Amino acid sequence: MAREFKLKDHEYESLLIARRVYFAGLVIAILIAILIARVFYLTVIQHDHYSTLATSNRVKIAPIPPIRGLIYSRDGILLAENKPSFSLEIVPEQISDMEQLITNLQQLISINVDDINRFNKALKKQRRFESVPIRFNLNEDEVAVFSVNRHRFPGVDVVAGLNRHYPYSSDLVHVLGYVARIDEDDITRINESNYTGTTHIGKLGVEKSYENTLHGDVGYQQVEVNVQGRVIRVLERTAPRPGDNIHLTIDVSLQLIALNALAGRRGSIVAMDTRNGDVLTFVSSPGYDPNKFVNGIDSKSYSALLTSKDKPLINRTIQGKYPPGSTIKPMMGLIALDAGVRNFSQESWCPGWYSLKGHSHRYRDWKKEGHGHTGLHKAITQSCDVYFYILAYELGIDRIHKGLSEFGLGDITGIDIGGEASGLLPSKEWKKRALGQPWYPGETLIMGIGQGYALTTPLQLAYATAIVANRGKVVTPRLVNRTSNVITNESNQLPVKFTESVSIDNQNYWDQIIQSMRDVVHGQGGTAWRSGLNAGYEFAGKTGTAQVISIAQDQEYKEEEIAEEFQDHALFIAFAPVEKPEIAIAIIVENGGGGSKTAAPIARQMLDHYMLEKQLIGKSG
Amino acid sequence: MEERSLAQKLHIDIPLLLGILVLCIVGLIVLYSASNQNIELIYRQSIKFAIAIAVMLLIAQLSPAEIARWSVGIYILGILLLITVIFFGDVGKGAQRWLDIGIFRFQPSELMKLAVPMMIAYYLADKSLPPSMIRLFLVILFIAAPVLLIAKQPDLGTSLLVATAGFSVLFIAGISWRLLSALGILAAAAAPLLWYFMHEYQKKRVLTFLNPENDPLGAGYHTIQSKIAIGSGGFYGKGWLNGTQSHLEFLPERSTDFIFAVLCEEFGLIGVLFVIFIYLFIISRSLYIAVNSQHTFGRLLASGITLTFFVYIFVNMGMVTGQLPVVGIPLPLISHGGTSIVTLMAGFGILMSIHTHRRFLSF
Repeated sequence: MAREFKLKDHEYESLLIARRVYFAGLVIAILIAILIARVFYLTVIQHDHYSTLATSNRVKIAPIPPIRGLIYSRDGILLAENKPSFSLEIVPEQISDMEQLITNLQQLISINVDDINRFNKALKKQRRFESVPIRFNLNEDEVAVFSVNRHRFPGVDVVAGLNRHYPYSSDLVHVLGYVARIDEDDITRINESNYTGTTHIGKLGVEKSYENTLHGDVGYQQVEVNVQGRVIRVLERTAPRPGDNIHLTIDVSLQLIALNALAGRRGSIVAMDTRNGDVLTFVSSPGYDPNKFVNGIDSKSYSALLTSKDKPLINRTIQGKYPPGSTIKPMMGLIALDAGVRNFSQESWCPGWYSLKGHSHRYRDWKKEGHGHTGLHKAITQSCDVYFYILAYELGIDRIHKGLSEFGLGDITGIDIGGEASGLLPSKEWKKRALGQPWYPGETLIMGIGQGYALTTPLQLAYATAIVANRGKVVTPRLVNRTSNVITNESNQLPVKFTESVSIDNQNYWDQIIQSMRDVVHGQGGTAWRSGLNAGYEFAGKTGTAQVISIAQDQEYKEEEIAEEFQDHALFIAFAPVEKPEIAIAIIVENGGGGSKTAAPIARQMLDHYMLEKQLIGKSG
Repeated sequence: MEERSLAQKLHIDIPLLLGILVLCIVGLIVLYSASNQNIELIYRQSIKFAIAIAVMLLIAQLSPAEIARWSVGIYILGILLLITVIFFGDVGKGAQRWLDIGIFRFQPSELMKLAVPMMIAYYLADKSLPPSMIRLFLVILFIAAPVLLIAKQPDLGTSLLVATAGFSVLFIAGISWRLLSALGILAAAAAPLLWYFMHEYQKKRVLTFLNPENDPLGAGYHTIQSKIAIGSGGFYGKGWLNGTQSHLEFLPERSTDFIFAVLCEEFGLIGVLFVIFIYLFIISRSLYIAVNSQHTFGRLLASGITLTFFVYIFVNMGMVTGQLPVVGIPLPLISHGGTSIVTLMAGFGILMSIHTHRRFLSF
């Protein structure tokens, strides 16, 4: 310390240092005062402002999506269920480098090219700040692995949810339709606030048309979230109202029998209860697996469905348009009887063909040698074409049009799923409007046997058959007969809907036609007599064969020489029992050949089940 | 020679020790909450406190003369270590700051926080004050060398503190106001040059400071969230462990640089005033020690250490309250961290040494 005293003015220096220290102390005091003022400003003056910000930081209103109602068949079988599942979801807005993220995720969980493609597709349709799934149906191991590493992936989370599943897969797809992820297009048709939190929506079939019933009402919870948006705790909760369950009119056992009988061929089968319009069977074949659509189908599978020659995506039952063929004849007969142009026993001569006066064109009968003397009964049981050429000619297109439209042809039936085609019931006005041409008499002739412009959907045929069975009473077909509340179990029976009856009042006419239809099956020479053998009950029917290509004059239609896709469609309509009808059936087998050979046996199988087994079950139960 | 008290014999300054202990306890309480009740972390922090206090008491046993004798050696060692870091250092959080010496990792830049004021105080102590121009130039060189080496790591916060430590000593040594303003002007002129040498993230921090709302999800996020934490705390705070900003992780770096915001959120203005009071108490006591030191070395060094301690506090609180740009400076004795605690305590050890080795006989 000795050096310290050399050449130094000790007093002066210590004074200098002291002054500097005091000055520093003053500066410290001022700066601390500024700091305190700042904290005071933030905590006291701006407190409300920052409190609000802190609250909006942590409290979020989170929707609780309702659980979608289940769908049951009339026999109580579960057709659309909600299966618990885990998916890996990403909020794109929180991710800066998506590719890198996916690469990192792939080290934990298998994500294949299909998943990524589907994800990228979904990304384009994503609603803002909504998570987009990249993997579905994670197994427990995958959930565990991700959970451990969750902190590494902000904006990614495992989401537990319910996945719609259709155990009957393609068997009922055309009835149920399916749900799929909500996209931008759906938003226009829904109440958006009720769908916050809902990921899926009915896209087709019953799932779509009963969307409001099945969906329920969204619930809300006030949740505290952390910075990653993960819910820490629930502050307040308003429970959602689950969607109602739906009970279909479909009878699964009958549906499966029909499907089995159709044996994978293209076609459609409809059976409906004539008393209340309940659709018991609704087959459109082939179908497809709706489960693939629930979380987005990959484009390869989708284009395979789109380009398939069998057109599985088309709902043939309500969208397929087929010439009704001879199945139209009972109705033509009724119209003619009612119009008084014919009486039941009045006969025409059938040489196997018919020509209009002054024309050389021969309209041929399916039976080359002709039916000879033919009355209405024989014309129906043996399906004489010439008789109906003459009958149609006598009626004229205007009366035919008016009469058939009373049976629902040319208009939608009003069934409770969307997408129904109205078919085509031609008239003079229609032809002028659509084709700009006048109506030719020859076209009236072929209308008599259900060819030409006339097109019907299988559902329309079943509907018309039910009208015949009901002697003019018209009941609207339906696929859902009741809904039930999940919580209270209360059932809500949907009303049976009758519309204006057919204006044919004379019961004799109905008796005569129904008797003729009975004899198609049970009478001598009936076209479907084989299908009526030893039935043990009586049913009425009418075969039909719809031409796919026209056969040139004098040319024979030889089934074995024609490629399958150009073969005739086989049709059959039926109802049973004859006296007090309960069930009406329409069957179309595309390119199935003759109605009596291909379509009628299917009806027999179904009716055997319905009339014999079902009744037994019904009685014992 | 007067009779010395037991505390003086043990070279402990009771008021300073009390202030430090209270601060450590407050620090542990806040840290417990900020770390989401991580008791393990509290345990480790307590051990660090214990070691640091031991270091403090050990240094207090040395006489100021001995400390003065060590100054040059420590300074040179520090410079060498800083150079070593550049070549052999571990990279942590994007900067080369750490030196792994087997048992523990060590940050040589921390050492410089003490070595620089020691070196300058030692150099100026036997010269006449205020220092001449040539000596001033030399002193600035003593400061600039470590500051540039640390800034290169890059560690803007520590280099700022080291510079502060050096210039505090210089200021206390009485350099004239004219020179001081000249240096200020020079610094202002050097600012664009500094800007040019800044790393991208450092530039961003400055820009963000000027307008935090400009980048609410990036660099401005820290400031916005910490202001929300502070403001929402109000007068009384939300209560211990009840801070939503910190517990729900909205507040980043909440157990280290931004722990002050946790304090504000949970204990409100009252808690802040209490902590500031303790800091002021420690600072006042330290300045008292400085003024009452019997030799120039002690006065210069004690003042330098104290002013650095204050800058530490002020820069951290200024940053957290959104008044200063975000630089990585922890809140002394409250933030979680290792080497900086030891450095701080070593500084207080020097203060205690200066105060308890006084002779009461006048020369």
